[in-house]
Amino acid sequence: MTGAYVTWIAGHRSILWRTFAEHVTLSVTALAIVLVIALPLGIGLARRPRLAAPVVGIVNALRTVPSLALLVIMLPVLGTGFLPSVVALTLYGLPAVLVNTVAGLRDVDSNIVEAARGQGLSEGQNVLRISLPLATPVILAGIRTAAVQIVSAATLAVFIGGGGLGELISAGMGLLDIPQLVIGALAVALLALVTEIAFGATERLVAGRLLGSTA
Amino acid sequence: MIRLEGVTKLFPGQARPAVDAIDLEVPDGRTCALIGASGCGKTTTLRMINRLIEPSSGRIVVGGEDVTRADPVQLRRHIGYVIQGVGLFPHKSIADNVATVPRLLGWDERRVAARIDEMLGLVGLDPATFRGRRPASLSGGQRQRVGVARALAADPPVMLMDEPFGAVDPVVRGRLQREFKEILARLGKTVVMVTHDINEAIRMGARVAVMREGRIVQHDTPDRLLGEPKDPLVMDFVGTDRALKRLSLMTAGEAASLATPPPGVPVVESSSSVQDALSAMLSAGSDRVAVRDPDRGSRVLTLDAIRALAAPDQPASASEL
Repeated sequence: MTGAYVTWIAGHRSILWRTFAEHVTLSVTALAIVLVIALPLGIGLARRPRLAAPVVGIVNALRTVPSLALLVIMLPVLGTGFLPSVVALTLYGLPAVLVNTVAGLRDVDSNIVEAARGQGLSEGQNVLRISLPLATPVILAGIRTAAVQIVSAATLAVFIGGGGLGELISAGMGLLDIPQLVIGALAVALLALVTEIAFGATERLVAGRLLGSTA
Repeated sequence: MIRLEGVTKLFPGQARPAVDAIDLEVPDGRTCALIGASGCGKTTTLRMINRLIEPSSGRIVVGGEDVTRADPVQLRRHIGYVIQGVGLFPHKSIADNVATVPRLLGWDERRVAARIDEMLGLVGLDPATFRGRRPASLSGGQRQRVGVARALAADPPVMLMDEPFGAVDPVVRGRLQREFKEILARLGKTVVMVTHDINEAIRMGARVAVMREGRIVQHDTPDRLLGEPKDPLVMDFVGTDRALKRLSLMTAGEAASLATPPPGVPVVESSSSVQDALSAMLSAGSDRVAVRDPDRGSRVLTLDAIRALAAPDQPASASEL
C-alpha cells in the first residue's frame, strides 16, 4: 500500500516539485499583495470609524463567497493562468487581514493613545510606535488566517490554469490514479498545517516579546 | 503662568457649550484644582490647555505664549500630562516610558539615561530595580509614580493632571498626594489638576475652582472656599463637614498660643493638623492639648480657640444655623 505511494513519488519527483513550487509561489504572491493592500488600508480605516463600517461590511461579504466561485468569476474577466489565480487568492485573503488590522488598532486602550498624544507624539509616531505594536498580535492572527486560507484555496487554482498542487489532485481524479490523488491531497494538507504552525509560532514569539516582563 | 480668557468649547451637535466663556489664572509655581461633578466641563477645560481639544473661542496663554496659535504636537512636549488611567505604554520598559518626551526632543542618550534615573529617584522608585521592568509588573501606585516621572522628564514648567490619583486605594492616594504636592512645589511647577474629590482639591490646590455647567462658580483658596461657599450648590459640594475640613488645612503649631500646658493633657506635634488636635482632645476628654514645638517652646491649643477658628463671624455659616 505505502509502496505504491513511495514508487509514485520516486517516479514523479519533478512534477511534485514543480506543482509544489507553483503552489508556494501563488500563495506567497497573493499573501504579499494582501499585506501591501490591507495593512495601509486598515491603518487608514481605523482612524475613520464612519468609513470603516461600510468597507469592513463589504469586505466581510467577500468572505462568504466560496473560494471556487471566486476563482471561476475571474475567468471571463482575466482569463486563465497565474494572474487571475493570484487576483482571486488576494481577494480571498484580504478580509481577514483588513478586519483584524482595523479591529486590532481600534481595540488599543484609548488611555494609552490619549497619553501618547498628550506627551507630544505626532499622529504618525502614535501609529508606528504605540498603536501598531500593541495591535500586532491581533494583526498577526489575521495574517495567519489569511495565509492558511490562501494556501488551501490555491488548490483550486488548477481550475483556471493557475497550476499548483491541485494539479495532482485533479489529474489523480481524472485518471483514477489513487497514489497521485492522495499525495497531492496530503501535500496540500501538510503545507496548510506547516503554514498554520509557523505563523502561530511567530505570533506567540512576538506577543511574548511585546508584553513580556523581560526588557 | 497659565491664563484662560473667555475660553469656550461648543461640541458639534450640542445645544449648550461644555465650557462657557471661562476666565482662569494660575500664577507661576501654584496649583489650581478644578473640581465639579461629571460633565461640568473640568476635563474639557484641562484638555484645551494642551489642545487635545480645540477651544471654540477664547485665548489660552501659557508662559506668555498664546497656545491656540502654537503647533499642538510641539506644545504638548513642553507641557507635562498625567491622566487617570496613567496610560503607560505596556510594550515599553519603565525607562523607555520615562524617556518618551526627552527622546522626542532629541536629547542624546547619555543625558536621557541620567534623566531616567533622576526622575525615578524623584518619585521614590529605585532606578536599578524598576528601569528594565514593564508596567504590567508594577502596582497601581508604582504606575502612578512612573506616570508622574514621565510627565516631569523633560522638565516642563507646566503640568496638567487629570484625576491623577483615581486608580489607587485611599491609603496610597493620601501618600501620593502628600509626596507629589511636595515635589511639584519644590520644582516650582505650575499645575492645573482635575478632580472630583473635594479633599484632594483642598489638599493639593493653592486655589480651587468649582465648576458647574461649563462655568466656574467659585475660585478661591481652600480656606475661603470652605469658610464662605458662594451658593448652596458649592456648599453642598464642599460637604456638611466643611468646618472640620477647614481645620485640616491649618497646623496645630499655627493655631496654638504660648502657654504652659497643664499636666496630663494629650500632646500633638506642631505639624499635626488642627483637625487631628481636635480628635486628640475629644478622645482624651480634654478641652486642650499641648503642642510640641521644639523651636518655639511649650504651646497650648484649646477647644475654644478651635471653635473660633471653625466658625468665625460669617454670614454664610450664620445662615446655616
